Amino acid sequence: MADAQNILAKSRKLPVNQLTLQAPSRRRGRAGIWLPYLLLLPSLVFLTLFTYWPFLQAIISSLSTRRRVHDVGEFAGLENYRRIFSDTEFTTAALNNVLYAIGTTGPSIALALVLALSLRNSSRLNSLLRSVFFFPTLIPLVAASAVFIFVFMPDIGLLDYYLAKLGVSSRNWLGNPNTALASLIVLTIWKNAGYYMLFFLAGLQGISQDAEEAAIIEGANRWQVLRYVTLPLLGPTIAFVVVIALIASITQVDHVIVMTQGGPNNSTSLLLQYIFRQAHENYDLGKATAATVVTLAVLLCISVLSMRTMERNVHYEN
Amino acid sequence: MKTSAPLSFRKITRALILAILGGLVLVWASPFLWMAVASFRPGGFGGLNMASLMPDFEPTMENFDYALEDGDFPLWYMNSIILVSGTLVVQLVTISLAGYAFARLQFRGKEFFFYMFLLQLMLVPPILIVPNLTTLVQLGMYDTLVGVMAPYWGSAFGTFMMRQVFRTIPKDFEEAAIIDGCSWWQVLWHVLLPLAKPGLIAFSIVSVVYHWNEFLWPLMVISDPSKQVLTVGLVSFALGAEGASDWGLIAAGTLLVAAPLFIVFVMFQRQFVNSFMFSGVK
Repeated sequence: MADAQNILAKSRKLPVNQLTLQAPSRRRGRAGIWLPYLLLLPSLVFLTLFTYWPFLQAIISSLSTRRRVHDVGEFAGLENYRRIFSDTEFTTAALNNVLYAIGTTGPSIALALVLALSLRNSSRLNSLLRSVFFFPTLIPLVAASAVFIFVFMPDIGLLDYYLAKLGVSSRNWLGNPNTALASLIVLTIWKNAGYYMLFFLAGLQGISQDAEEAAIIEGANRWQVLRYVTLPLLGPTIAFVVVIALIASITQVDHVIVMTQGGPNNSTSLLLQYIFRQAHENYDLGKATAATVVTLAVLLCISVLSMRTMERNVHYEN
Repeated sequence: MKTSAPLSFRKITRALILAILGGLVLVWASPFLWMAVASFRPGGFGGLNMASLMPDFEPTMENFDYALEDGDFPLWYMNSIILVSGTLVVQLVTISLAGYAFARLQFRGKEFFFYMFLLQLMLVPPILIVPNLTTLVQLGMYDTLVGVMAPYWGSAFGTFMMRQVFRTIPKDFEEAAIIDGCSWWQVLWHVLLPLAKPGLIAFSIVSVVYHWNEFLWPLMVISDPSKQVLTVGLVSFALGAEGASDWGLIAAGTLLVAAPLFIVFVMFQRQFVNSFMFSGVK
């Protein structure tokens, strides 16, 4: 660090003309060459410790017989991967996660789009309504879970209480393997639709109204304008929201841990929750890290695919 | 000009949309309404009408009194405040420096570093909880609040956001400052950062909301009850109250956890909404 300060001190004393008049790489003198790296250094230290290193460590651990943090462990080849793929708990979690991703992404984005289109014009009422839909984004997922445990309570819960008034008989939403995952999907849609709505509102703001007006003058009706003008212009926004929704469906599992712990009968287990359980409850680092690597591979695929589509759609600067 | 038939069709669709929207608003608001109503309902123990959204009773504070007795709310609040502010302060320093480098300086390997940062957006921290916990144990930061904060101190998202904000600031300002003899850090501190305030505020709001709400990572890192944060505290508290079917108590506890962000949101509504929108426009 003393070195760094020394270098910075030197760079400060450089004559002004040297700072401004020459080409960037030369104008700041010898000390200035290091400046960009020094500025990146603090971030890079933390990124190395908590992003690159754990990534490598997950790969290394997944290839080792090590089970606990302080074990030494030997090279195990793909043994841990064989173990998770023959573990029905893992394959069930992966399958559930696919269902959960589809069940949350599609409806919440469709809903967000409808909300954004209906609340597009800013009026007092609309901004109040936007807030109502945005509120769930602000509360912790565990707080939402605590409330929704009651919502889904059989008989006395909010859902059953009001469904009973409509003549629908009561159900054990979270206790039944057929409805438990769907219940968690409902909670997720409730929690996230308002968040995605914001992106669509921002996207709609960015669209020039000329194209829509031109279409209306040409005699297009509202649905045609929506279908052929507005939605295509929102393409990049939709692609972006699909990606963050998919990522959220993998990375946010607090509600599973609080509400169902993956049950009943593993019907609500998800990948990250499986990883958590292997590490935190079964103390099996091999399985936990192998599952981490598989999950990371899925995330990388999503990111790469999304960057491809976004590069095609939007002008990429840098 | 169109005839009146499509006009009435439009009226019908309009009414339909309004009806659907009204229904959605009701559904969306009902969990909050329930939380608010149930937390002030006296004699919290169960009751068949516990789910009723009608405030047909004398409001009482007893659920909140019990909640504050049962749970360590002041302690959890304090730990959560330490957690979010400790995370944010370091983040603001690292993202401003790195954002400045990416926005304004030319250097060898810039593109390489850009992609290295980008990698963090894909290798998102929540998935790395297991190896990160191992690292914390090895660094002796297990069971500390600093350990909960540290993985977030380098933020690719924040860095790219600051880079973007700095790029929108015309270079004339800093060139004038440099001619006046300012060094890079004076330029950053006195010229760029004040102009980048909306970006800093937006990042701060998103970061605070995220870390205030985070559960899984603090759950794994912290085992000492005196260092517990609000979300983890709420869960242990709520599971206890659920065992006793004391829904009024759960509602009160949940309200206590959600209230601070609500209050801030109502005060700075526009700023909040803009920040979250801004966070998507990378």
